[in-house]
Amino acid sequence: MSVVKDNCVYSHEHEWAAGAEGQTVRIGISDHAQSQLGDIVFVELPQLGAKVDAGDSIGSIESVKTVSELYSPVSGTVKRVNETLLEQPELINEQPYEGGWIAEVEVEGQVDEALAALLTAEKYRELVE
Amino acid sequence: MKRTPLFPLYTEHPGVRCIDFGGWELPGQFSGIGLEHAAVRERAALFDVSHMGEIWVTGRHAEAYVQQMTTNDVTRLTDGAAQYTLMCNTEGGTVDDLLVYRVTAERYMLVVNAANIEKDYEWLKQHLLPDVALEDRSEVTALLALQGPLAGTVLSQLIDDPAVHNLAPFHFLPEVAISGCKVLLSRTGYTGENGYEIYADAADAPLLWRALMQAGEPEGLVPAGLGARDTLRFEACLPLYGQELSLSISPLEAGLGMFVKLDKAGGFIGREALRQQKETGLKRKLAGIEMLERGIPRSHYPVYAEGRLIGEVTSGTQSLTLKRNLGLALLEIGHTAVGAEVEVEIRGKRLKAAVVKTPFYRRPLPGKGV
Repeated sequence: MSVVKDNCVYSHEHEWAAGAEGQTVRIGISDHAQSQLGDIVFVELPQLGAKVDAGDSIGSIESVKTVSELYSPVSGTVKRVNETLLEQPELINEQPYEGGWIAEVEVEGQVDEALAALLTAEKYRELVE
Repeated sequence: MKRTPLFPLYTEHPGVRCIDFGGWELPGQFSGIGLEHAAVRERAALFDVSHMGEIWVTGRHAEAYVQQMTTNDVTRLTDGAAQYTLMCNTEGGTVDDLLVYRVTAERYMLVVNAANIEKDYEWLKQHLLPDVALEDRSEVTALLALQGPLAGTVLSQLIDDPAVHNLAPFHFLPEVAISGCKVLLSRTGYTGENGYEIYADAADAPLLWRALMQAGEPEGLVPAGLGARDTLRFEACLPLYGQELSLSISPLEAGLGMFVKLDKAGGFIGREALRQQKETGLKRKLAGIEMLERGIPRSHYPVYAEGRLIGEVTSGTQSLTLKRNLGLALLEIGHTAVGAEVEVEIRGKRLKAAVVKTPFYRRPLPGKGV
């Protein structure tokens, strides 16, 4: 059974998002998503400074056998990326919500509003169970 | 979807994930491709490859018939020996790649790719000689592949027969008993590692699977799926039909010239086309490539050189053993020398790569303590 964190919200494409410092939202992929992908061997990180809309493809995650798009769950500007993943992409498998975070996006309006459009942990649990 | 006789056993492994492989519901992985891949390189793993096809050729002219249908020289086989070979059409395109097992000069087993069973059978039937009979036994035959450096140790727990231990690569025993089941045991595989393939009656497959898994437990034997089978064969640069080979790719283009005996007695279908390809020179050839910039090559990604499209990737992944981003690519012949610089288009970007030596992985020679 995959872990769904209560303090995150989720997209239908299996990204998680959670409020970080100030106006930023930290994003990654859910435990369910990493387990479906299998051994992750490569991450193409989002472009720092890129302006993105919710639903845009902002990078990719590759397992041994598959290539998956990474979609931004929120709109804003990419402020930080997790460069550790370039050397240790397996962190996404091992700690999808912690060391395996992928990027931080600064939203334009209220963080709460940006997150309200996404699925609650409860709703996401229904989706993946 | 079609299932093998072992399907009910997969669910005993909680991590199993099944995939659709050409209409077959087969395990892609049991515990993870990385773990299964490493098990084959370091210890041993057991694969269910019962989807593969087994077509028997029998009769007085069986040898002449197989000779005419395949590119390798079947007359070089002795009883109990097998060879890798190909079937071509008259244009030199590849109908399938297969193993031919000679039980006797009047009795052969052809082991063909699952997706090609019907096509091959029809092709074989079209060219049948008098006094030769064909029988497709794919449905009633299970195939287990026990692969890895400890495969022999695992097998010896179940069979105490010197003939098994003396079995040379590409040789087989047409009838031995494992746990009371009659099987054909061959020293072959598709992983680039030492190993065995066990052909059995479909009804015996579950019992054999359990017996082998149990016997292998002390050696760390794990079940492995098609995902690892693909990453293993890829590192060893063993071709996969549909990727490195197809009706429009000849064995010579795929670098399999050593299995094409143009001068063998009796000739074979496709010989003239292949001879001409060889004489006029190949236009394209399969090459190994390694990414120099960050990216993983994948099937069908376009390959460029000097700003021009020169071919495409046939298979690619991050090699789990070598941790290098590698591919096989069918390229214009002028760009296939080791060291040649090419570019692979990955998600809209052209990234630098270079032609490298193949195979990517070669198993260490057996040394002390093996």
